[in-house]
Parts: sequence; structure tokens; C-alpha cells
Amino acid sequence: MKKLTPSRKRLINNSITYGMVIAAFVIIQIMKAGGMLSSSLQGLLVPICAYVTMAIALNLVVGISGELSLGHAGFMSVGAFSGMVFNIAMQSAIPVAPLRLLCAMLVGAVFAGIAGVIVGVPVLRLRGDYLAIVTLAFGEIIKNIINILYIGVDENGLHFSTQNEAALGLAEGGKAILKGPLGVTTNVKLSTFTAGFILVLVAITVVLNLVNSRTGRAVMALRDNRIAAESVGIGATKYKLIAFVTSAVLAGAAGALYAMNYSSVAAKQFDFNASILILVFVVLGGLGNIRGSIIAAALLYVLPELLRDFYDFRMLIYAIVLILVMLATNNPTFKQFFGGLFARLGRGSRKGGAQE
Amino acid sequence: MKKMRVLSLAMAAAMSLSLLAGCGGGTSSEPSTNPDSGSGSSTGADVITIGGIGPLTGSAAVYGLATKQGAEIAIEEINALGGLQFALDSQDDEGATEKAVNAYGKLKDNGAKIIYGCTTTNPCVAVAAETYNDRYFQLTPSASSTDVTAGKDNVFQVCFTDPNQGKTAADYIKENNLGTKIAVIYNNGDAYSTGIYTAFQAEADEIGLEVVAVQTFPDDTNADFTVQLTAAKDAGADLVFMPIYYTPASLILNQAKTMGYEPTFFGCDGMDGILDLEGFDTSLAEGLMLMTPFNAWGEDERTVKFVEEYQEAYGGIPNQFAADGYDCIYAIYEACEKAGITADMSAQDICEKLIATFTDSSFSVDGLTGTGMTWGTNGEVSKAPVVVKVEGGVYVTQ
Repeated sequence: MKKLTPSRKRLINNSITYGMVIAAFVIIQIMKAGGMLSSSLQGLLVPICAYVTMAIALNLVVGISGELSLGHAGFMSVGAFSGMVFNIAMQSAIPVAPLRLLCAMLVGAVFAGIAGVIVGVPVLRLRGDYLAIVTLAFGEIIKNIINILYIGVDENGLHFSTQNEAALGLAEGGKAILKGPLGVTTNVKLSTFTAGFILVLVAITVVLNLVNSRTGRAVMALRDNRIAAESVGIGATKYKLIAFVTSAVLAGAAGALYAMNYSSVAAKQFDFNASILILVFVVLGGLGNIRGSIIAAALLYVLPELLRDFYDFRMLIYAIVLILVMLATNNPTFKQFFGGLFARLGRGSRKGGAQE
Repeated sequence: MKKMRVLSLAMAAAMSLSLLAGCGGGTSSEPSTNPDSGSGSSTGADVITIGGIGPLTGSAAVYGLATKQGAEIAIEEINALGGLQFALDSQDDEGATEKAVNAYGKLKDNGAKIIYGCTTTNPCVAVAAETYNDRYFQLTPSASSTDVTAGKDNVFQVCFTDPNQGKTAADYIKENNLGTKIAVIYNNGDAYSTGIYTAFQAEADEIGLEVVAVQTFPDDTNADFTVQLTAAKDAGADLVFMPIYYTPASLILNQAKTMGYEPTFFGCDGMDGILDLEGFDTSLAEGLMLMTPFNAWGEDERTVKFVEEYQEAYGGIPNQFAADGYDCIYAIYEACEKAGITADMSAQDICEKLIATFTDSSFSVDGLTGTGMTWGTNGEVSKAPVVVKVEGGVYVTQ
């Protein structure tokens, strides 16, 4: 049995991840064209893409950089609301929907990135669990700020207020975009499954390339042994900040994609529970395991919807499934069994790889 | 040994799942199979499925369950009449927008023809945009924001809109001289509460009602209100207007009593249900005034019958959410009768016919929450508001 070089092994591993996502996209498109996809599943496609991107982004922080973030829904929220405000304000300026979606996602990504820098710069200088505490607070602060924020647009530009809709002082023909606790209610839906798929691919590319680069190795070295890494001249704050801000940017783009799928979005959707939901995807998919995050996010998001036939018991069953997955992935017998299975499969694919 | 343990774990899981599946299907499909068994002649094809969306789990579940239960009682009554047969397919939205849209997708798959919901405002706005595109008729029992119906001809409300309530409350307080100095305590993280307050303040400024203190509290920390109450007391307010739900309101009443502060408390329809709150001392609510479309202690025949049936089926006193749900189903039923809707029509045909019927000036519905309810083209209901006062642990209509 030949030993694979690490770079070759990585190539195969990454190809499987890309291949899996592309195959899923193609299969779903074929099913959609053939009318085999129920309308409930069709409605789930865009949120799945958004949550998969969120899980990939959070895995970069939690799994690869080894810092705990409990407020990633906050970045999603920043991306969602900045994207929506852009979308509605620019409706007439950019009439082409896909282009406006792209710009809105970029705007969302930039604003979330700025928020990421603001949170990250002071906190990542510290050691310990400060990031968890600060991100938790950040998520709540964002939620409460957007809850009292009113934004309107007229021909003079954007108007902001923290009082009420009337205090915006909009000129004739202007309209309120964000209405405090009511959120945005007049959003124009732009998101498509294709856009979501592209975002997921971009997220995978960014994260995998980052992980396999010099920067990524530095980030992981800091995670594994900070003192050793610093002793060879790796600046802890810089590399941790790179990982954290990249993650925030991806989360912002995912938030914009998510928001563009609904005509009404309110700030309280992006609460602590939403952050924990994404963290659950990451933990169950495996820390540092991008492919695992993708699979876990997709399956665990669809699961409660598939359980609707169980009526009142569906959330109970969902909880039981979570516990079983947790037990199963930590069970040595299970691990051995799957380890053996994958080894056999791996041998098969290696043969396939050699033929190419 | 290890393998055995894994096996037993899996077996136990499978067994508990199948057990849950059994009772889950059993309890919840009961109402929907009732129409078939109730009237022997009708077959499944004659039943019009109404898709209900509301929070059946989560923090808003009390409201979602109430609207569901009210609707179920109405459906049982209607099906017992013979004629048109309905079935209610209730899907949980957990009070969240994305789940509500998912639930709507599921209802479409399940063959629902008419959408009844959502219970809460934000999810309702999102689902209304979907039903508008797909041309499904939608009637909401309790999503009271004007954004729910704005720009959508297919969405109608049975409840008062928030601005309407705020304005009416201000007018009522002024006309009846209930207070000279008004304090407001509202939830600024909640669309319903903020919507009513904004309209109340605007109307108060207009008619010269003096608002001396405006206090807010956020959505997720609402256990201590002494700060808000002290501010109201210090400002010398003799009436506290509380456009909030009954759970925080019960705490406010309790803490006001502890402080020895006794103004008139005035609430809106979200306050209805306070007397049935578990562990709440109803003597605290003595003298509380609220605007609610439904009085469970009313003596008209319809209310008495509904309260009786509700207590028999679910226990407890029905609140206005249940009554709104009941009225929704009757409004749909009467409109279907009038428009000649049959079960074999497509959802889109039903939608157009029901819109025409609802906006028809000759169409009016007598229900628990009002007599002679009519609807405008903007989807808002017009009915007379009712103010009740709590006296001796029951509502007395003013």
C-alpha cells in the first residue's frame, strides 16, 4: 500500500468536498426540472445555502482558529439588514435583479467585516474565553440596536431615526425601509438557489484555500500551541483576526442571501438561539471539518421540516436525534466501524484517482 | 459488550420514535379526520382543507394554540351542520418568519386551499407576500399590523389593526375622562406594542391628552418593572396605558400593588387572557380596563355556547385569540357558502371568489368578536371596539 503525500491527500479530500456540493446542486436542479421537488423542499433551498455558508464561516473561527464565537447570528444580522437597505434603496438604480443581489451581498459582507474588525481587534489580543463573552454581547447589542432603528429613503438619500417612523422626516414619495421591531416588511425577494450555491462554493474556496495556506497553518499552529507558535514569530492577534474577519465577511454575505429570500425580516430572528443553532451544526459536523459542517447544516436544517408529520412531537424527536448523533460520533465502536468503512472506500477512490 | 450497548441504544431509539410517531399521528390527526366520520355521506374529496399557521411551540405558543383551538371548535360546529365540510391542517411556525414560510410550503404540499394565519405579525407579513404571489386566500385572526394587508388584495384581518387600537384607546380615555395625566409602558422590541403606542401618542397629541411619562422595556428582559412604575408614579400619572401582552402586564400589576401605586390601568386586546393566567391573583386586576373584542363572560347565546364548548374540549376560559380564530373560520365558511365554493376548485379560483365576496358591501359576518363585521378592499375589518372593566374577577362591558 502506497503512502499518499499530504498534499495529494488534501487534494483528494478537497475534491470530494467540492464534488459533493456540485453533485447536490446538479441533482436538485434535475429534480426541480422534473417537478419531483415538493414546494416545501423548494422553499428550503435558499435557507439551507445560507446556513451552510454560516456553518462554514463559524467553523473557521471555532474549529480552525480555536476561538469560541457565540454571536455569529449578529454578523448575519448586520449583513442581512445592510443588504436589505441597499436592495430597497437601489431598486431603481440597479434594475437587474442578480446584479443587485450580488451588490447587496457585497454590501452585507463589507458591513459585517467592519463589525468583525471592531469586535475582533480589542478582544483577540486577550487570551481565554473573552471572545465568547464579547461576541455573545455583540449579538444582543446588534439585535437591540436594529430593534429601535428606523431607516427610510427618499430622493435626498437615507434617513435614520431611533424614535419612530414619523421622526424620519421623509419627503413626499419616500418610504420607510426598516421599521424598528417590525423589521423590514417590504423587501424585494431576490435570492435564488443558484446564487446560494455560488455563495457556498465561494465560501468553501475561501476557507479551504485559507486553511491550506501559510496563513492557515499559522492560525492552526496558534490554536494548537500558542506559546510555541509565538516563539517562532507568528503574531497571534494578526492571524486570529484574519480568520475572524474572514468568517464575519462570509457570515454577512450569508445573512444578505438569507434576508433576500423573505419579504419580511425582523431583528429578533437573529438572536442567541440562532447563534447556537449554527454552533450546533459546526459541533455535530466536526470541529475543523468543513465537509462535516456542510452535511450537518443541510441535514439538521431539513430535519425539523421533514418531521412535520409527527406534529407536536417533532421538536422532541429533533432533540433526540441531536443527542443520538452526539453519542454516536463519540462512540468508539461507531468510530471504528465508520473508520473501517471509510478506509475501504478510501482505497477504492484512491484506485480511481490513480487511473485519472 | 460495546456492540450490544450500541445495538440496545439504537433499538430503544427506534422504539421510542415509533411510539411517538404513533401518538403524534393519533392525537393531532383526530380533528382533521372528524369531518369524515362526523357526516357519514361525505367523502375525503368533498372536504376543503384550510391550512393553519401559528406558533404551537416556543414562547408565543399560548397565542398560537388559542387561535388553533378556537378554529377547531368552529370547524367541528360547521361540519356538524352538514353542507360544506372543512378540515384544518395546523402547522407550527414557532413564531419565526422562516419557519412560517416553510410551514406554508408544507401546507401547499398537503393540498390546503385556504390559508388561515399566521397568529403573529412578522411571520404573517412574510407568508402574506408568498400567498399574494401564489394567489391563496389568507385570513389572519390576530396579526394586527397594517403591513400584513398593505398592498395585498388577498389578505384579510379579523382583528383590529394596531394604529386603529391606539387611536381608539386615546379617544376613549379622553371622552370618558378616565385620566388627566397618562403614562405609557410599552415593549419597544415588539411590533404590536410599538404600533399601538405610536398611534396612541399621535392621537393624544392631536386631541390634547397629556402624556407625562413614556417608559419602555425590551422584549427579552421583562421581569422587573419597578423603574418604569416609579417613573410613572413620580410623573403623577393617574392612568397607565399598557399596550402589551398579558404576561408582562401581570407582573406590572403585581409590582404596582407592592409599591402602593394605584392608578387606572388600561390595556389593549393583548391583555385579554390575564384572568386565566396560571398563578395570577385576579384581585390584582380589579379595576383594570381593556379594549378587547371578546368578553368570555358575555351573555349572548353565541358566546355562552362557544365558552361551554371550549371548556369541554380544552379547559380554561377562551381568550380573544380563540374567539378571533373561531370568527375567522365562520367568516371563511359564510363567504364560501355565498360564493358557492366547492372542494374541487383550485386554490387560485377560490382565492379570487373569496376576495370578491369579502369586499362585497353586502357581505357581513356576525361573530364572537363583533356583529356585522365587514371588510374593505384594504383587508382591514370594521367592527365596533368594546371596552371592558374587570369587576369581581370577570369582565363587565362598559
